[in-house]
Amino acid sequence: MRDLRLAMRAGGGFGLGLAFFLIVVTLVPFGVGPETGLLARIAPGILWLGALLACLLSLDRILALDWEDGSLDLLATSPLPLEGIVTMKALAHWITTGLPLVIASPLFGVLMSLPEAGYAPLVLSLLLGTPALSVIGTFGAALTVGIKRGGLLLSLLVLPLYVPTLIFGAEMARRGAEGTATSTPMLMLAGISAGVIALLPFASGAVLRVNLR
Amino acid sequence: MNLNALWEYANPLKFMRTTERVLPYVAVAAVVCLVVGLVWGFFFTPDDYRQGSTVKIFYIHVPSAMMAINIWAMMLITSLVWIVRRHHVSALAARAAAPVGAVMTLIALATGAIWGQPMWGTWWAWDPRLTSFLILFLFYLGYIALWEAIENDDTAADLTAVLCLVGSVFALLSRYAVNFWNQGLHQGASLSLDKQENVADVFWYPALVSIAGFVLLFIALVIIRTNTEIRARRMRALLARERLG
Repeated sequence: MRDLRLAMRAGGGFGLGLAFFLIVVTLVPFGVGPETGLLARIAPGILWLGALLACLLSLDRILALDWEDGSLDLLATSPLPLEGIVTMKALAHWITTGLPLVIASPLFGVLMSLPEAGYAPLVLSLLLGTPALSVIGTFGAALTVGIKRGGLLLSLLVLPLYVPTLIFGAEMARRGAEGTATSTPMLMLAGISAGVIALLPFASGAVLRVNLR
Repeated sequence: MNLNALWEYANPLKFMRTTERVLPYVAVAAVVCLVVGLVWGFFFTPDDYRQGSTVKIFYIHVPSAMMAINIWAMMLITSLVWIVRRHHVSALAARAAAPVGAVMTLIALATGAIWGQPMWGTWWAWDPRLTSFLILFLFYLGYIALWEAIENDDTAADLTAVLCLVGSVFALLSRYAVNFWNQGLHQGASLSLDKQENVADVFWYPALVSIAGFVLLFIALVIIRTNTEIRARRMRALLARERLG
């Protein structure tokens, strides 16, 4: 089940988030100027924002294709509960967008002249935070799956939900770059991710059930 | 009072009949309270010794900010009632309340900006309270947009109810997250029931009256909007039946 899903996903969209991330990181210095000090100061925020937008970009692909060709109906009639299916969808989304971003983020950190102390916290914060982004995004995708051209609505619904994750994630990366203690935002971030992964699939499952009715 | 009697109003007919009877009184009381509260507040209270006459925007700002939060709470309750007991009136009331809440949030933000310009020297600051109100406004927008986007009424009611529940959790989370992210510029709560040191009585009574006015105005608007929606649905049903028959 899971392998199948991953194989299916691997075909398209794998590099999309990464490419978007690269574009953001390349364009920001053109916008704000190439000063190392300035870039280093805003690097954690820009990297987190880039990750968030890259994640947002691929959200409507999570369920829309399966919805259109009817395989979502098949999945819903399968013995696996919808909550499990939604969780697997979120996991697949994370592996295709979140994980590459986490792995590539040190490289982008170099481009943004991130201070040396900031790398480990940045990678760790993305590792902890991007699963929450995927799970929340899956909820948004489940809400809007029945709506044609729901992309804008999806962004509008998901962005306010992303706020706490972004705050703690960027705060952790920023504190790391400044060399101060990161444990408080790290714990909060981990808490959000854990809570969201544990609870939100039930909401997503319920919403999907309504949409499939 | 028997609490079970409350559920009788889940019947749209009964709800409409009762609310239509109450509506004129509520509407008149809302207008009276608003006029009395605001006129009293604007013209018959002394200026604050530091803030001058700008303090008077407080009679709009505080009630609208309170309503912005409480309307979301009311939507949360009605959404829960819809999910658990599936009373259409409940879902419609939540739908009717959302635009009112969004406008209240906008009024609170706008009056706050107008007050903040002379007092803080800036229209906008990324202060925890201001930021969480902006986030609340986004939640309202998303909620309304989702209602509008879905054609099937029951599906829309279900989806928005879940969104309201999830959104409430995240709104609360954001409220505390922004505290962590930035220290505040906004003063603490100026009104509360359990505290001794409230604002002075001269400001307190007109504020109370205008808060009552805002609450009554909200009730009147929700009644009107809910009844309109019930009638619109009935009309659609009649038209559909005519087309069939």
